Amino acid sequence: MTIELLIWLIPLPPILAFFLIVLFTNRNKALSHSVAIGAAFLSWLGGMIVFVRALGFHELGKEPFISSINWIPTADTWLKIGVLVDPLSAVVLFFVAWTVLMIFLYSVGYHNFGQPVGDHDQPGLPPQGATLDEHGHKHMVPSIEPMYSRFFAFISLFAFGMLTLVLSDNLLTLFAGWEIMGLCSYLLIGFWYAKPAARAAAVKAFMTTRIGDVFMLLGIVYVYSATGTLSFREIFQPQVLHTLATVPTPILGLSAAGLIGLLLFIGTVGKSAQFPLHVWLPDAMEGPTPVSAMIHAATMVSAGVYMVIRMFPLLSLDPRTMTIVAFIGAFTALFAATIAVAQNDIKRVLAYSTISQLGYMIAALGSGAYVAAAFHLVTHAFFKALLFLGSGSVIHGMEHGVLHTGEHVDAQDMFNMGGLRKKMPITFWTFLIGGFALSGFPVLTAGFWSKDEILASTFNGHIAVFITLALAAFLTAFYTMRQITLTFLGELRTKAADNAQETPWTMTVPLLVLSVFAVGAGWVGIPEWFSGGLIPDWFHEFVGSSLAVIPPAIPFNLIPLLTSLIVALGGLLIGWLVYRGIQTAKQDFLQIPVLKNKWYMDEIYNFLFIKPSYWFAETFVYKWMDKGLIDGILHLVGKVTADIGSTIRTYFDLPVINRFFGDGTGWLIKWTGLNLRPIQSGRIQQYMLASLLILLLIAGLFYYLLVMGIIR
Amino acid sequence: MIPLSWYLTLSAALFSIGLFGVLSRKNAVAILLGIELMLNSVNINLVSFWRYGDITQMAGQVFSIIVFAVAAAEVAVGLALVISVYRRRNTVIADEIDMMKW
Repeated sequence: MTIELLIWLIPLPPILAFFLIVLFTNRNKALSHSVAIGAAFLSWLGGMIVFVRALGFHELGKEPFISSINWIPTADTWLKIGVLVDPLSAVVLFFVAWTVLMIFLYSVGYHNFGQPVGDHDQPGLPPQGATLDEHGHKHMVPSIEPMYSRFFAFISLFAFGMLTLVLSDNLLTLFAGWEIMGLCSYLLIGFWYAKPAARAAAVKAFMTTRIGDVFMLLGIVYVYSATGTLSFREIFQPQVLHTLATVPTPILGLSAAGLIGLLLFIGTVGKSAQFPLHVWLPDAMEGPTPVSAMIHAATMVSAGVYMVIRMFPLLSLDPRTMTIVAFIGAFTALFAATIAVAQNDIKRVLAYSTISQLGYMIAALGSGAYVAAAFHLVTHAFFKALLFLGSGSVIHGMEHGVLHTGEHVDAQDMFNMGGLRKKMPITFWTFLIGGFALSGFPVLTAGFWSKDEILASTFNGHIAVFITLALAAFLTAFYTMRQITLTFLGELRTKAADNAQETPWTMTVPLLVLSVFAVGAGWVGIPEWFSGGLIPDWFHEFVGSSLAVIPPAIPFNLIPLLTSLIVALGGLLIGWLVYRGIQTAKQDFLQIPVLKNKWYMDEIYNFLFIKPSYWFAETFVYKWMDKGLIDGILHLVGKVTADIGSTIRTYFDLPVINRFFGDGTGWLIKWTGLNLRPIQSGRIQQYMLASLLILLLIAGLFYYLLVMGIIR
Repeated sequence: MIPLSWYLTLSAALFSIGLFGVLSRKNAVAILLGIELMLNSVNINLVSFWRYGDITQMAGQVFSIIVFAVAAAEVAVGLALVISVYRRRNTVIADEIDMMKW
């Protein structure tokens, strides 16, 4: 099998699994998850083979694995469908394959496979627990998710979308994968559709990302109309790029390349939850706790960043676009970090941290740090997946405690936890690794290397971005330590926490696997100055070769290194010092309303967009247009028709048809009958006489006619 | 030989007498008698046309025999009806038997 054929086959198993589960196996839970995990495993296997082959092929940057066929005929050419694996998509494929497989495995445990059916569980609601009668006394245990198979169908479709997007060689199929994931995120966020909050969150996510998608589609259309192709390889040819860079557009004085870049970037702003379209991501935590959260945090949102990294040659043509990108990224990084410090929901902290980290990547990209952005994308995917799955594990353990004790506490509020390190050791250690990686704990963790590279590359040129990112990094370390301290360290604050239990192996194995990557993924990109040239900066060379010119390695500079060390360690230390003594939310001095309420972004949007939309819908569309104009026209037509009908009835139907023809016919027949009645005397001789007379008459007539010669 | 017109005149006279009887008499039996007269006048016509036409063709005689047979049957049925009516209505006056009207 050629490598190209194998690449074509990678996205197929999940979509087949989706249809298999939906059509055939949805009644059988064990079969459904076997099909889904089997499919994910096949994709993983294919991905790994392709990755290993890509590693062994040194000229991959110049001659990537590429294969495409004609797909949609246009007037005189074809839109193509095809696959492309260059160094960038190879590394993205690597982490997607791993995280997807881990999510699938983890979902089995998270949705309580093997547990009894719940007492009052209904489809569309989270499982509420089942009563188990054991050793003579009753107690509650977690119950299996009622829509277990459906979940696996959805995440299979999701995996298909992500793999399609990563392996695509053109913007069109990339967009198709992008939209499939948009649909899946809607379905998964609203998975517990009987919960109003989940429904609202699903709609919000769909609508918010849609805004970005529309602009992205505009960008794609612009690319197509400007270049006549959507294939990455063809767009990135020097003469095409040169044309795009020189053609001016009427908007903001940007070049065509700048405008296309900006439009595509707005798509990323929606998908990767950048300010100002970030609002959907925290609400997306309404989905099935860790898994959907992770999909929305580690995998799908990476797609947005992947797309802009992929389009970097185009994006980097216009410095104004790059500046916008850099500033939006940096602002988002700091903005989301400030919100994260005041959140109490374990998942929401991670959601904002995700927004913040994605802002990092965007800022790096906007500063021209192509490799650093890709590097952080990979490391972040691993450690954020680890953290989300870890938080899901914590919640799962807490829910077990809540069910066991019957205590009514929020299983996601960190102030209800504390001291879980003893109860859930595997979750604790893996979460600690993930948290340290997120904070950028020096040398050991992946996050340090990628973050340090971003800080180092922004330091040369974008000093404002550098300072913002450094501040954000400090806050990141701070809230991560706050989270770890509140969740795992200190005293057990509730009875539920006291009864929390380590989660089953299906959940802890993914945690262990991902924690290996959370540490190890950083070592492939250690800068050469660190090891004095002993270890090559493999990641830089490999991914950098995706570009026409490999970007030069970032020179050693003490200031960003020191900054990165200080903010990481300082943040972690301060976080621990402050929060080790805090037991309740009241003692927490950072519960500032403005941060707690996310800078009132939802309220501002509500005031700026939602209220006016409602007003517009209610007053203009409904009352004025629908009720007034359209209904008015309809009523007028109805009235005119009724009038015409009434006129016809009065002046034609009633007198002519009814009275003249209808009544007249009856009257005529009646009158005739009455007048003919005397003939029927019943006397035989009269009849005979009449017959005789008529016979004579007819005979006379014939005689006359014969005589006159009229008949012969 | 007596010319044909004499027979035809006789036949017409007989027919007219019968017709007058049918139309004018009140008694149902008399009406039947009138009908018989009319039938017989027809017979005279048939026979005389046979006699003065082609004698080898027997149609005239055959027709008159059929008329005899029909007349006999008709008289049998008619008289039976008259007797039946008389038994029920106690009358044989044709004008009084007028139930067959609206």
